[in-house]
Amino acid sequence: MRRLLIEGLLKTPLTEARPGDDDAMLAELAERLQKSARRVLGHSLSIRQVDAGSCNACELEIHALSNVYYDLERFGLRFVASPRHADVLLVTGPVTKNMREALERTYNATPNPKWVVAAGDCACGSGFFGGYANIGSVEAVVPVDLHIRGCPPTPTALLQGLVALMERAAAAT
Amino acid sequence: MSYRATLLELGTPVEAHRPWPRVVVDREVWWRAALEVAQGHATLLALWSDGREVHMAVLDEAAGEVSIASLACTNGRFPSVGRTHPPAVRFERAIVDLYGLIAEDATDTRPWPDHGRWGVRHPLGAAQACAAEGLPYTFLPAEGPPLHQIPVGPVHAGIIEPGHFRFHANGETVVRLEERLGYVHKGIEGLMRGAPLARAVQLAGRVSGDSTVAIALAFARAVEAAAGVEAPPRAQILRAVMAELERVANHLGDFGAICNDASFSLIHAHCGALREQVLRCSNAAFGHRLMMDRVVPGGVARDLGEAGAANIRALIAYIRQHLPELVRIYDRTASLQDRTVTTGILKPDLARQYGAGGYVGRASGRAFDTRRDVVYPPYDMLRFDVPARTAGDVDARVWIRIEEITQSLSIIEQCLEKLPEGAIAISVESAIADAAGKEATMLVEGFRGDVLAWVRLGAGGTIANAYIRDPSWLQWPLLEAAIEGNIVADFPICNKSFNCSYSGHDL
Ligand code: SF4
Repeated sequence: MRRLLIEGLLKTPLTEARPGDDDAMLAELAERLQKSARRVLGHSLSIRQVDAGSCNACELEIHALSNVYYDLERFGLRFVASPRHADVLLVTGPVTKNMREALERTYNATPNPKWVVAAGDCACGSGFFGGYANIGSVEAVVPVDLHIRGCPPTPTALLQGLVALMERAAAAT
Repeated sequence: MSYRATLLELGTPVEAHRPWPRVVVDREVWWRAALEVAQGHATLLALWSDGREVHMAVLDEAAGEVSIASLACTNGRFPSVGRTHPPAVRFERAIVDLYGLIAEDATDTRPWPDHGRWGVRHPLGAAQACAAEGLPYTFLPAEGPPLHQIPVGPVHAGIIEPGHFRFHANGETVVRLEERLGYVHKGIEGLMRGAPLARAVQLAGRVSGDSTVAIALAFARAVEAAAGVEAPPRAQILRAVMAELERVANHLGDFGAICNDASFSLIHAHCGALREQVLRCSNAAFGHRLMMDRVVPGGVARDLGEAGAANIRALIAYIRQHLPELVRIYDRTASLQDRTVTTGILKPDLARQYGAGGYVGRASGRAFDTRRDVVYPPYDMLRFDVPARTAGDVDARVWIRIEEITQSLSIIEQCLEKLPEGAIAISVESAIADAAGKEATMLVEGFRGDVLAWVRLGAGGTIANAYIRDPSWLQWPLLEAAIEGNIVADFPICNKSFNCSYSGHDL
């Protein structure tokens, strides 16, 4: 173990530079956040992830944000265990009808100001999962501030979206 | 006489079904088949319905044979299998909810995927509109004065899928855990009905994202078997490369996550980096980090180039160089061992009764592996071991995963050596269009265990019906047993060591 720890001190870190901006996401944010941001956040955001019916691949890539390559926390973004501690709800999946109430309650339990990010094509309303069991998009249940597309979105795309959200949220306040 | 031979003697085989016999039986034989399974002479693989019949897939482990018994549900009823064989209970509850069939004399008649939120009852049977206000649900009781209940979920503290866990605890000790699942039920069986082939394959690849390759493979193989075609040799090998990359990525991720649940973040950080390397390598080689939509009926959607292969070889060398040190640390850190050894023991008898696949079974003495025991190409040409242990605790499940990583790396190497030139796919459209009404069942080894896919082809290149059974169906109930007598605080680490799929189960 000692060897690993010493190596960790000597080797260059694996962490990558922050990804460039995605123009479409920035445009959406610019429009949304002017209206919604009202409070100074001290330049950091707490994220509560909600799986509202995902196939779990979106979760795998959200998990990857915490690995050393993407290291989400260096941007002041962190995942929290309770919606009551959250500024951002990061929602995946087509919103199954069986998860609708849980999503609404999580949203209501999150203090204002809050932002909702729909992550993944399902959450964005791709319509891939229809039928009797699904609502079809996050937007149909709670207001959405940012859409991050992809099936699943890559960690880089997630990072672009979340970092942009954070910076704009801070700037708009 | 083997289970299959008896079944064939007593029932009528369905001509259209491949490659294993599906036999239409009467109620009497259905009941006898259920008893065989209950007595442990054969292993229940899955129980499902298409609305008209119920199907029971069974594995005769000694003979390595799979067979399916089917019973026509006259008057919408069938004799409950769960009554004598508990592993069948949740399958039956799902059949009742979705199709409105009645499982006669069933011991547990509570709903399962139906939470009363769909606005419709029996959506795949004689659908009836109903209120969507939610059904009350009664958890099984646990009695005794000092007991208290702890409800957890569906939204959990971490980045995990939703499900509800109801603990009955005596102080710190879990007396009973009961799961309530179905929150991510997307109605995939219904969406498969009549779906064009291309959409059906995408659906299969999204039953459980972490097993996208394995499930798409089971589905593609079933479609191919039904249509009487085979993927070319190069595709068979590339499929195995993808399946093993998926296995390695998941095992690495979970090895780290289990250690993280014991608050040992060093291994978690390093495993996370290794897993990321696997995903990047998969992306470079096949064009998608999780290799979604890369396995298709007829072959694979993406060829492996020289650069991709070289990348994979470098990845194998890199993992071989870095993993042993992590394993050494895992083995030698007393505080970590304290959390995993003798925690969450799954008894071998239960693993056998439930036919637990993958590392859950193999850590509890059930060394079944489809790749070896119901072999499919290209595994018949490859050398590998199936690790098995008997301790059945979190530690044993960790070791099985570590040992499987080693095996998978060697399998990938062999695949790259043997990779023949040639086409990566054949066109299946015309064969499928000609095969309306044909059916097949297939078994494939995913990282969690055996995935079963059943397909009936429809007219004009569509899927008439399809059913996919993720290994989690038979592992979830065992988690309830494994946690009993452990402290509540050890639940996360036990849960992670099983890592059952919610989405794969809820379907
Ligand atoms: S967007 Fe894709 S990866 Fe994400 S939940 Fe939907 S199907 Fe799964």
